[in-house]
Amino acid sequence: MIAIIDYEMGNLRSVQKAFEAVGHSAVVTRDPKVIDRASRVVLPGVGAFGDCMANLNRFGLVEPICQSIARGKPFLGICLGLQVLFTESEEFGVHQGLNILGGKVKKFPCPSQQSASLKIPHMGWNTIHIKTPTPLLQGIQSDTHVYFVHSYYVEPSDPTVVCTETRYGISFVSSVWRDNIFAAQFHPEKSQRVGLQILRNFGVWH
Amino acid sequence: MLTKRIIPCLDVKDGRVVKGVSFVNLRDAGDPVEVAKIYDEGGGDELCFLDITASHEKRGTLLDVVSRTAEQVFMPLTVGGGITTLEDIRRLLNAGADKVSINTAAVQDPGFVSAASNRFGTQCIVVAIDAKRVGPMLSTGGKPRWEIYTHGGRKPAGIDAVQWAEQMEANGAGEILLTSMDQDGTRHGYDLELTAAVSEAVSIPVIASGGAGTLDHLYDALAVGKADAVLAASIFHYQTHSISETKTYLHQRGLPIRLVKN
Repeated sequence: MIAIIDYEMGNLRSVQKAFEAVGHSAVVTRDPKVIDRASRVVLPGVGAFGDCMANLNRFGLVEPICQSIARGKPFLGICLGLQVLFTESEEFGVHQGLNILGGKVKKFPCPSQQSASLKIPHMGWNTIHIKTPTPLLQGIQSDTHVYFVHSYYVEPSDPTVVCTETRYGISFVSSVWRDNIFAAQFHPEKSQRVGLQILRNFGVWH
Repeated sequence: MLTKRIIPCLDVKDGRVVKGVSFVNLRDAGDPVEVAKIYDEGGGDELCFLDITASHEKRGTLLDVVSRTAEQVFMPLTVGGGITTLEDIRRLLNAGADKVSINTAAVQDPGFVSAASNRFGTQCIVVAIDAKRVGPMLSTGGKPRWEIYTHGGRKPAGIDAVQWAEQMEANGAGEILLTSMDQDGTRHGYDLELTAAVSEAVSIPVIASGGAGTLDHLYDALAVGKADAVLAASIFHYQTHSISETKTYLHQRGLPIRLVKN
């Protein structure tokens, strides 16, 4: 069973439905016991970093998430669920993250500071360039399009965790992979066939 | 490279598609889910439902449509029409919408946009602007101006459209859905001056809407109007052009477009 962690941030139903569409059953939960029993854990999320950490703390979810990862369960972070794995974010002041991966969450340079005026949020379909092949990207070609919507990106201190990169004015890290953790800045649940393939892969990942 | 988005839009009334859709391979052309699937398979980059249900009581049917669509279509879904409270937004997001589009309620209470983006994040708050030209054409040497209308284009609000877009960005809108009331339904092309004026004024993405009749119109809105996305209805509904044909054409003309292989 896949546990999708519900901390009142984002459209969790769409993640659940996407898993169901590829034949993996998933529950939306914030019950630590259910998370503990789950074979795989998904942390989705859209919204602000500070609110996300506040809600994870308020619902007592930090411990269950950290334990699941420490025990080696396959873990999928999506968007904000990628960002909170890192040490800290500069979104609306400095906020501490879960610090499971070292590094920072930074804002895209504002349009007036760029040569080409790029809109923020980075919203729409962009390509992922595969730096490190992972089982999660099996069946997916490099430079294929996936759906993004975000204004901040992660800067890992350990470059070996970088799985894919994407260009938007600058080149940024669009997914990371370390041991049992895979986390993406893009939204597999909104990326049509390509995204569903990633979720299908996650359901059988060991 | 970030691609320009092609967004088919469906008018939904009492849970059914209105303003005819004609696809040969549909069992039920009135069912928004069936139409959504066609657009999904064709490579639509997002989908937009505009609820034009008149009575508040029947609005619940939209939640069912959104929920059934989200079960089968895995691309971003924006829903607009008649949204006035945070509770309306929460229900739509829970049903499976990714973004909501707010128009009249934003004009009546600009603070509503701030409250909505604080609560749900800027990424899911689209502010829809219906604009009507009140100044001369730029080409005639004048300085063009546009004012916004609410209540489905029936009530003038007496507010400058470009300034309003800037204010909505400041209030936390994540995107602007910009419709030219002069061009809407004419099939004579988007208002390119309006699109460019708003697109240059804000640093959030702008979706051009109103007036698409040919593929060149879509190209112009993206290339000349500098829109980040184009919304179109009838051009796709009657299969004048399929989504994949549209995208291939725009790609050939040199725009960054996501092509979907089937």
